[in-house]
Amino acid sequence: MQATHDHAAGHDHGHAHPTGIMRWITTTNHKDIGTMYLWFSFVMFLVGGVLALLLRTELFQPGMQVVEPEVFNQLTTMHGVIMVFGAIMPAFVGFANWMLPLQIGAPDMAFARMNNWSFWLLPPAAALLVISFFVPGGAAAGGWTLYPPLSIQMGPGMDLAIFALHILGASSIMGSINIVTTILNMRAPGMTLMKMPLFAWTWLITAYLLIAVMPVLAGAITMVLTDRHFDTHFFNAAGGGDPVLFQHIFWFFGHPEVYIMILPAFGIVSEIIPAFARKQLFGYTSMVYATASIAILSFIVWAHHMFTVGMPATAQLFFMFATMLIAVPTGVKVFNWVATMWRGSMTFETPMLFACGFIFVFTMGGFTGLILAITPIDIQLHDTYFVVAHFHYVLVAGSLFALFAGTYYWLPKWTGHMYDETLGKLHFWLSVIFFNVTFFVQHFLGLAGMPRRVPDYALQFADFNMISTIGAFGFGLTQLLFLYVVVKCIRGGAKAADCPWEGARGLEWTVPSPAPYHTFETPPVVR
Amino acid sequence: MSAPNSPPPTEATAGVAEDNRVTLRKLLVVTAVMFGFGFALVPFYEKICEVTGINRIVKRDDHRPANTQVDASRSVTVEFDANLRSNLPWTFRPLESSVKVHPGELATVIYEVTNTSDRPVTGQAIPSYGPMLAGQFFRKVECFCFDKQQMAPGERRQMPIAFVVDPGLPTEVNTITLSFTFFEVEGRASAEPATPARGGRS
Repeated sequence: MQATHDHAAGHDHGHAHPTGIMRWITTTNHKDIGTMYLWFSFVMFLVGGVLALLLRTELFQPGMQVVEPEVFNQLTTMHGVIMVFGAIMPAFVGFANWMLPLQIGAPDMAFARMNNWSFWLLPPAAALLVISFFVPGGAAAGGWTLYPPLSIQMGPGMDLAIFALHILGASSIMGSINIVTTILNMRAPGMTLMKMPLFAWTWLITAYLLIAVMPVLAGAITMVLTDRHFDTHFFNAAGGGDPVLFQHIFWFFGHPEVYIMILPAFGIVSEIIPAFARKQLFGYTSMVYATASIAILSFIVWAHHMFTVGMPATAQLFFMFATMLIAVPTGVKVFNWVATMWRGSMTFETPMLFACGFIFVFTMGGFTGLILAITPIDIQLHDTYFVVAHFHYVLVAGSLFALFAGTYYWLPKWTGHMYDETLGKLHFWLSVIFFNVTFFVQHFLGLAGMPRRVPDYALQFADFNMISTIGAFGFGLTQLLFLYVVVKCIRGGAKAADCPWEGARGLEWTVPSPAPYHTFETPPVVR
Repeated sequence: MSAPNSPPPTEATAGVAEDNRVTLRKLLVVTAVMFGFGFALVPFYEKICEVTGINRIVKRDDHRPANTQVDASRSVTVEFDANLRSNLPWTFRPLESSVKVHPGELATVIYEVTNTSDRPVTGQAIPSYGPMLAGQFFRKVECFCFDKQQMAPGERRQMPIAFVVDPGLPTEVNTITLSFTFFEVEGRASAEPATPARGGRS
């Protein structure tokens, strides 16, 4: 991302810019902060990926080979926490920082200094998570959901994880307040809400979700912390508390969190498909309403994560049908994307490939989600590898593929260079193939009854686990190719035009490539 | 498209900054409220569980611990009668003439006996029931009639009878009359008061 830095020299305002490391520490520029978010999330993606590969190595064959069961539990937990809070969420915030001001014609984010704080809270939190592996008892090992009683009984690693989550949550809330304020107050003249790019819309709704539920998570883990150290008994049955209460509070946060990780992905895909189909997005208004519906429904479906803890049949029916209801607005979205492609002049550059891959594979994950929504089936499949396969289909092939698509789509704008199209396409095909090799077989494992979060398994599961591990290593190594493509693009390549994509529309394509350090200081007029 | 120089702050940008601060304050309030909401879920959850009874593993019982063998739905009056064979120099009477009991309920009644003579007398009480049918549902747990009673000259003694009316008692029986008659036990039994023969339980 050096290119954007060089460009800044031409826009000096007469006050000194710090250089070197201090430039990055003190920056309040949305593009700098977006860049830092993206690099941070990629580093955390690699860290979480290494943990995942350790898991898959242990699961390559039945029996215990590589890690002790206690370490295995730490790896599953930290893989989840790091990928959710360290990789996927900051990556989307990075996109928001970079693209939202460009898309709505704002000079910067609303609270530039707070934006800087939001980012710089992340590295200490990540450090706490990594350090927790080396304290007595090791890292948190109760699963990323931190269920009591395990989370109350564990060693100091759990405290570090809780502190890290508090910090990450504070960062998310500050980032979200920034995004909401920017979108509501700083749009260019003429940019009405219903003229906003869909990425801005999805992020506006996502930011509201974050502001609503991150404090609830903070409350829940604060209660765990006081249960651990200050003799409260919110979740301790021996003291009159109830561990199931934690599950309710956690999933009241946790289910909207699922949509926090996918709605911005919907936004990115909704930008890319029209650009490469060379048509306007089909059903823009319905897309906005579908996004809002998904967000509202996400607050009343949380208990489908806990059908097995015991609840009245009435409640099970309610949560089952409410969950299935979400398929309707999601179906509207998938329909609109396909309808946008219909009779479009499509070309398949890497962003479009990832967007199409997203629709195809994410929809499969959506269908397994519908299967799991059915209470009696969920009771059978709860905590099996079927669930693991389901949420990796929506999180990896959903959120992550959309992040890749967005990266390739906007990389020319960020760096001023075109990426290597051949390598980009190779990255897509390797990713989508190895992804399915890794996770498709996990459906079969789950249906056959293999439980998740176990370091060892019955011999009958050996073949599929071996296939899954091979796929995982292929997928992991493929991401090094992605790193290479991005670095190569930053260093050079064909000069990117202001608008390198024939069908792309939007204010971000009206500024030069790479985007100057300061943009839209005089607001553009949108008609 | 981008401006080569940043324009000086205008009224418009100052207005945006003020709008931003207002939005910030509103969103911070939402954040604080939602943090409180997480904690509010604790009493809310307990209330839900209480109202719906979801979390009630042991069913709460609003009644006192009940003996299922006591039929509280009806009462039986038990009347007490005391008789002496004419040659027995005793007085013999129940302290209460009648009690009302539920079938299955344990009741205790005291009889008082006085030897009015100047010689030791041994007697045996024999119960009888009215109606006759009630006898098989009248369970005596403790009774002075189980043993021969030896009374010193002029001795006064209070003796209990503890009993349960079997819940199987036919419902048309509301009143049971229990009548005891003391007979003098003469001869050898009277001469050997130290080893009284065990009376039959009826």
